[in-house]
Amino acid sequence: MIREISASLITETIARLCVEANRNLPGDVCAALHQAAQDEPFAPARDILDLLVKNEGIARETCMPICQDTGMAVVFADVGQDVHIAGDFEAAIHEGVRRGYVDGLLRKSVVADPLRRVNTKDNTPAIIHTRLVPGDRVTLTVAPKGFGSENMSRLAMLTPAAGVQGVKDFVLETVRLAGANPCPPMVLGVGVGGDFEQVAELAKRALMIPLDEANPDPFYAELEQELLSAVNATGIGPQGFGGKTTCLGLHILARPTHIAGLPVAVNVSCHVTRHATETL
Amino acid sequence: MRKLTAPLSREDALSLRAGEHILLSGTVYTARDAAHLRMLDLLREGKELPIDLQGQVIYYAGPTPTSEGKPVGSIGPTTSVRMDVMTPTLLGHGLRGMIGKGGRGPVVVEAMKEHGAVYFAAVGGAAALMASCVTDLQVICWDDLGPESVKRLTLHELPLIVAIDAQGNDAFHLGQAAYLDSAEK
Repeated sequence: MIREISASLITETIARLCVEANRNLPGDVCAALHQAAQDEPFAPARDILDLLVKNEGIARETCMPICQDTGMAVVFADVGQDVHIAGDFEAAIHEGVRRGYVDGLLRKSVVADPLRRVNTKDNTPAIIHTRLVPGDRVTLTVAPKGFGSENMSRLAMLTPAAGVQGVKDFVLETVRLAGANPCPPMVLGVGVGGDFEQVAELAKRALMIPLDEANPDPFYAELEQELLSAVNATGIGPQGFGGKTTCLGLHILARPTHIAGLPVAVNVSCHVTRHATETL
Repeated sequence: MRKLTAPLSREDALSLRAGEHILLSGTVYTARDAAHLRMLDLLREGKELPIDLQGQVIYYAGPTPTSEGKPVGSIGPTTSVRMDVMTPTLLGHGLRGMIGKGGRGPVVVEAMKEHGAVYFAAVGGAAALMASCVTDLQVICWDDLGPESVKRLTLHELPLIVAIDAQGNDAFHLGQAAYLDSAEK
């Protein structure tokens, strides 16, 4: 049986998710921020974390965006193969972003061309990642991505000889180069394997994994913990003014790769790591 | 906590020390990448800037749209280092202070020392909270840039940290060293 979903329902849902994601921090990120504020031993860092906790509450209560950089709208769509979309699917997503950002008073941060740089004034286009999945449902995630942190993200094609140590060194180097710029405490998404473009998408998808969820593979669960400790030992701290809390959470997504390669990508995100999901 | 009012005097700027927390009131102007590029174009062409930079403070910020009944939308700082290549020119034209987030390069720090200017950090991402410290917003020029237009803000006690002072001391280096020192003990 083919289930029909209208393009207008996609548009309405995307518009709602854009606004929701920008006003309400996901529960896991919120909890991690509160926990960090309690656990931070360095007083100046604790003061900054307290401000971030306060800001998150003000945004929720006053229906204002948590951060003024309401990002580029990254949309993950898992479309069931037994679904028929009545209308133009991608156009429906872009229209949802347009409505969400215009009607929701979110900042329009997109330029139509990277070199000629004229603002599109409605935050379109969205960046869309679609996967065809079994079933008759459509799951939409809107993940607004600010560029203070996006600019600090990096990708490297390491050699197999670099191994685990090479990946660790690259992550740490990325964090040190980012320093105070990406609004630490940061959240890190690490992609390992695949090829050039897949590893970047893996890193972005790793940012969507709940911070309190351990990697199902014990090898990577251990590596995540090890990297998190190493990142928090850098002393960069909240906003880069020193402290224990440099990173709220880190996830790794790994995929098969070529015998000659070891791609690694680090997508740096901030303490406002936003995403909102709905299944139709 | 020390309270200051912008525009700032040279004496104000010289008296501040890296790591100090202050509350800033008064008038500041927003300008980010695109507005900086236009200002530099004007200066290259020998034309006047839309604002007299003498003693002024620039806030690297692009707020969200203002909702009805409020003076301003969410307004936090953007990453300052992107402005580094353009900052020394503006410091040469009298700019006294900058508000942003993250560190600055050595060329900016040297120009700050030369001209007696100060760099403040606002807490990045705390944009809803900072909106409550802005009482008025007026677009001054380049409305076509949308969030990147130059806006005049009236501030009431915006909480800031002196990130780099006019002597070149850097609160990021000092803070991280202090934490690592305390963590070893």
